[in-house]
Amino acid sequence: MKTQTTFPAFAISSEIEDAANTRIAQYPNDQKRSAVLPLLHIVQHKFGFINREATEWVAQKLELEPMQVHEVVSFYPGFREHAPGKYHFRVCRTLSCAMAGSAELMDRICELTGIDRSNSDSHHNPIAVSPCGLWSVEFAECLASCGTGPVCLVNDDFHEDVAPEKAENLIGQYNN
Amino acid sequence: MSKISYLSGKEPDSCEHRMIFKNIDREGWDPSIACYLKDGGYEQLRKALKMNPADITNEVKISGLRGRGGAGFPTGVKWGFIPPNNTKPVYLICNCDESEPGTFKDRYIVHQDPHQLIEGMLISALAIGAHTAYIYMREEFPEAAILMEKAIEEAREKNFLGSDILGSGFDLEIFIHRGAAAYICGEETGLIESLEGKRPYPRIKPPYFPAALGLYMAPTIVNNVESICHVKHIIEMGGAEYAKLGTPRNTGTRILCVSGDVKKPGYYEVEVGKITMGELLNDVCGGPLDGRSFKACIPGGSSAKILRCDETFKIGNGENQKELGFYDIPMDFDTMAACGSMAGSGGVIVMDDSRKMSWVLNNINHFYAHESCGQCTPCREGSMWMRKISDRIVDGKATPEDIQTLEDVAYQIDGRTVCAFGEAASWPVEAMISKFRDELEAETSEDNEYLSPEAKRQLKNIS
Amino acid sequence: MSDSTTTQLPKDLAAEKGMINVQIDGHWIQVPRGTRMIEACKIAEKEVPHYCYHPKLSSPGNCRMCLVQMGMPARPAPGEEPTYGDDGYQEIGWMPRPVIACANTVGENMGIRTTGDLVEKCREGVMEFLLINHPLDCPICDQAGECQLQEFSVEHGKGESRFKEDKVKKPKNVKIGPRIRLDDERCIMCSRCIRFMDEVADDPVLGFSERGTHTTVGIYPGRELTNNYGLNTVDICPVGALTSNDFRFQMRTWFLKETDSIDTNCGTGANITIWTRGNKIFRITPRQNDEVNSCWIPDSHRLSYTCPTDDDRLTACLIKADGVHEESCWENALDAAADALKQYDTNEIAVIASARQTNEELFMMRTLASELGSDELAIVARAQTPDEMLVSSDQNPNTTGAKLILDDKNPAEKMDAICESIRSGQIKAIVVASEDLTEAAQLTSEDLDNLELIVSLNTSASATAQASDIVFPGASSTEKRGSMINVAGRLQKLNAACIPPGDARVDWEAIRDLINALSDEPSNDTPQSIDQLSEIITKSFDVLNDYTLSKIPNSGVTVIETGVSIPLIDRETARKATGEIVG
Repeated sequence: MKTQTTFPAFAISSEIEDAANTRIAQYPNDQKRSAVLPLLHIVQHKFGFINREATEWVAQKLELEPMQVHEVVSFYPGFREHAPGKYHFRVCRTLSCAMAGSAELMDRICELTGIDRSNSDSHHNPIAVSPCGLWSVEFAECLASCGTGPVCLVNDDFHEDVAPEKAENLIGQYNN
Repeated sequence: MSKISYLSGKEPDSCEHRMIFKNIDREGWDPSIACYLKDGGYEQLRKALKMNPADITNEVKISGLRGRGGAGFPTGVKWGFIPPNNTKPVYLICNCDESEPGTFKDRYIVHQDPHQLIEGMLISALAIGAHTAYIYMREEFPEAAILMEKAIEEAREKNFLGSDILGSGFDLEIFIHRGAAAYICGEETGLIESLEGKRPYPRIKPPYFPAALGLYMAPTIVNNVESICHVKHIIEMGGAEYAKLGTPRNTGTRILCVSGDVKKPGYYEVEVGKITMGELLNDVCGGPLDGRSFKACIPGGSSAKILRCDETFKIGNGENQKELGFYDIPMDFDTMAACGSMAGSGGVIVMDDSRKMSWVLNNINHFYAHESCGQCTPCREGSMWMRKISDRIVDGKATPEDIQTLEDVAYQIDGRTVCAFGEAASWPVEAMISKFRDELEAETSEDNEYLSPEAKRQLKNIS
Repeated sequence: MSDSTTTQLPKDLAAEKGMINVQIDGHWIQVPRGTRMIEACKIAEKEVPHYCYHPKLSSPGNCRMCLVQMGMPARPAPGEEPTYGDDGYQEIGWMPRPVIACANTVGENMGIRTTGDLVEKCREGVMEFLLINHPLDCPICDQAGECQLQEFSVEHGKGESRFKEDKVKKPKNVKIGPRIRLDDERCIMCSRCIRFMDEVADDPVLGFSERGTHTTVGIYPGRELTNNYGLNTVDICPVGALTSNDFRFQMRTWFLKETDSIDTNCGTGANITIWTRGNKIFRITPRQNDEVNSCWIPDSHRLSYTCPTDDDRLTACLIKADGVHEESCWENALDAAADALKQYDTNEIAVIASARQTNEELFMMRTLASELGSDELAIVARAQTPDEMLVSSDQNPNTTGAKLILDDKNPAEKMDAICESIRSGQIKAIVVASEDLTEAAQLTSEDLDNLELIVSLNTSASATAQASDIVFPGASSTEKRGSMINVAGRLQKLNAACIPPGDARVDWEAIRDLINALSDEPSNDTPQSIDQLSEIITKSFDVLNDYTLSKIPNSGVTVIETGVSIPLIDRETARKATGEIVG
């Protein structure tokens, strides 16, 4: 698989420090730990996922043990420990969307992007990346738009009524 | 590039009573504060600032408002649980972690009408004496997080937030705290643990009732997005007037979210209890898809017990006992509970005769096995066990005995866990087997003796 | 106020004393207000099985094994008064839903059922859930024989499995640290280890990763559990998930004999249990003493002990002839030592005792010095950096005892002068016990060469033993009965878990025999047993009262106010006061 170079390598800039400090200030002075989630979001947004270095930076910034941050990173599906593609598809798999055809939508997306999902599981590493590194997919749980299923998120963009036949159109919006 | 449009062009159905959703899909509406103010926004804040905090709580109590997050607990009563001699800071948390499968209402409030929520939070904070509030927003609403922060800034510029709000001497800061895609953060103490930066393991109650020992072990009130919005309207019309909407003990309006095998899925704001299941599914939602008929319905989010559409329910006692067909059930809290299910979050999922119930149950079991936080033994081990059994049912590898095991395991989880997730995971199994046992058993066979390698070895060693 | 022609209600009688009435399995008992339900059941001698609960740690209530049935009297309708039965109690309304016993405190008139259908079903259920993913490791698991999964399975489990699925696989045999091994499949996720490292060791390096049934306990990838209190997690782990490397595959617990004793690695005097089979020590574990070490012990202390089977043990008396040690019998060696010592004037002899000796041994050393007429009697000081937990600033276990028995406020003070005298040649002969003088006393081999006569009592072939003219083989702290007083002034007793190897003898006897050899007429008062010696000692020192060895309680007793406290105990007392832990 091609090495992922979509995202910059982890490095702390003053911009990130400022963003982090703003978030830390949202909580009482003696409760810096509360800023774990916001800081991890800052990191993931910029660098695509959260690696050891990032975990240790967050820990040091909030005066925590790295394990205390790792506990949180590994718990939430929303935090990725592996690099996704440039365009990351999260397709809802829960009941109403499944009834509307989300499994078929996922199959269609994988077909069109050349992704092989057979080795991904739902807990250790749920993300499957395309060979070219541009696309990645995972199933998500109920995205709270059950009336317009199937729905999916592509990075931070929300898409409703994505019937399997519309997969090509969806992917076409991101083809660069 | 999102497909959320602020104008879906959808007209409210004639049965609807749009109050919370008055501005959703409204012609000419946008989420800016200018638009909100032009429509009379933040007038209720001014009104509430002149009220006694105890009187605000009283109005909410009189209104009979019940939590719209799923538990249906009276909001005014919850506010009253804060210890009277409290000296610690009080926190208000808006639970915007909408994750109950079948539910899609809070999404629209935070994406299209953020100031209604802010105003509701202001009034609620006044009532409980909170000066810091957090909106716990699920991670999968990235647009709303940005929009909400913008709205907060707009409100602050107008001195609706910050210190000395409108010269009243009251301070309030609202911060957004984004989650990270975990259903258990919708549980109020799980949410609090998540806010504190830890793994979101729900706390045992007693002793950790949030009103006494919540965020940072200080009194905390956690309310659903929709519930907080109702507070604004209660102050506007007065609690007594609000209580005239809906039905006794099931007052006000609520947003029903219908999805699944209906012609017109979507959100519908109705007076609680003033619409029946039949009216909702057949009249408002257009009935089943062509050539199909309704088979089953989950009335309040996937945690609610499933109902058969051909079922009749005996409710009430003695002389008051009556029989109610599925389609005659009013969409309220009490009747739905009496029918053995719950109104919950209002997520109505409909299945027609083309659906295999084993597949439905398996999909739900996958959800709960995935979302179990793993803190306590019954749910951690039991939810995955139930999923593995229903996997085999769907794969045609189960025996009739497995159905009984599946049911036993569900009852072994129910009531034994730290938090209500145990019930949420076990009720779907209990109800599905109770209502559709024959259908499930028909997919099993005595000949399907499946044993994992370890089980085979174990059996060999013991026998 | 109604007239009280009848006797007071039980609730009032209890309230007067700060107590609460609670009915456990049908019987009413009184317990202090604030008692947890599980502790109330313990007082009533009703076992409530549990995993995650530990009185010294916070209570998360996650294992659900301690589910019991609870009942409270129904609240009277508004305006009505509660009604009491003939026995003075209100009727208990039993709740259909079980509650955990570990985190809830009792309320007045509460009812608890630890037996019955509901409770049995709950326990069976939890046991079944714990076992479905648990590996079939009993035959190779160190925990067998002291495993709570095994115990409660037999007591409360179903006896057969209906789980047919594939078990969840997790890392096994993880080298989580230099002293500890982790098996994640065996883990029942009770979180005791995590809570211990966070709350007691103040080093929150353990945690859970992933979630749901895949939850895995561990340490940050690439790190190691090196904390000096890490092995305590092995003690409190209810299953074989965390095991000690030093005990791994060594011995089955049911073959081991347990002996209560005291750790002698520092002045704290942590209470320990020594586990032996035959004459070999297999492991040492902490023994609970809420005044000294709670339930804990530092790794460094736990792993630091002398065994009879160690290679470097002295097993015979040695007499140096032409620079070479030759083995000898006790009689000859004692006579040789006595004869040699008699050649010197009293001001040419020093007696160097040790604060690692027991009170009884120190008393004999003092008697020996007196017999020799020597005023030069000292101990060797050993200061170290304390860890503000259980490791004391005093590396010697019995300095307080030495001060008492030697009747010297600072018995180590003389040691410097003695060293000078040795170097100057003024002291020509020494008798030294339980010390290697080249170590903490900072004498060099050359200094020792200066001496004309060294008589020493040692357990191992140390530099001092090598330099000695006459060597007596002694017993280590795990091979003797005796008493010591820790830094906080607590008198505690050691018990012998093993017998000294070969010809080695317990020290007090060796010193007694040397005294007898020195004196022309053995005294009639010579103690024949350590209990007799103990009688003599307690009569000589008021503070020791009547606390002969056999009368010292198993948990010790404070006899001296030293003003020194043990930091870990202080912190635990504070946490107990807030109700965070039961204590």
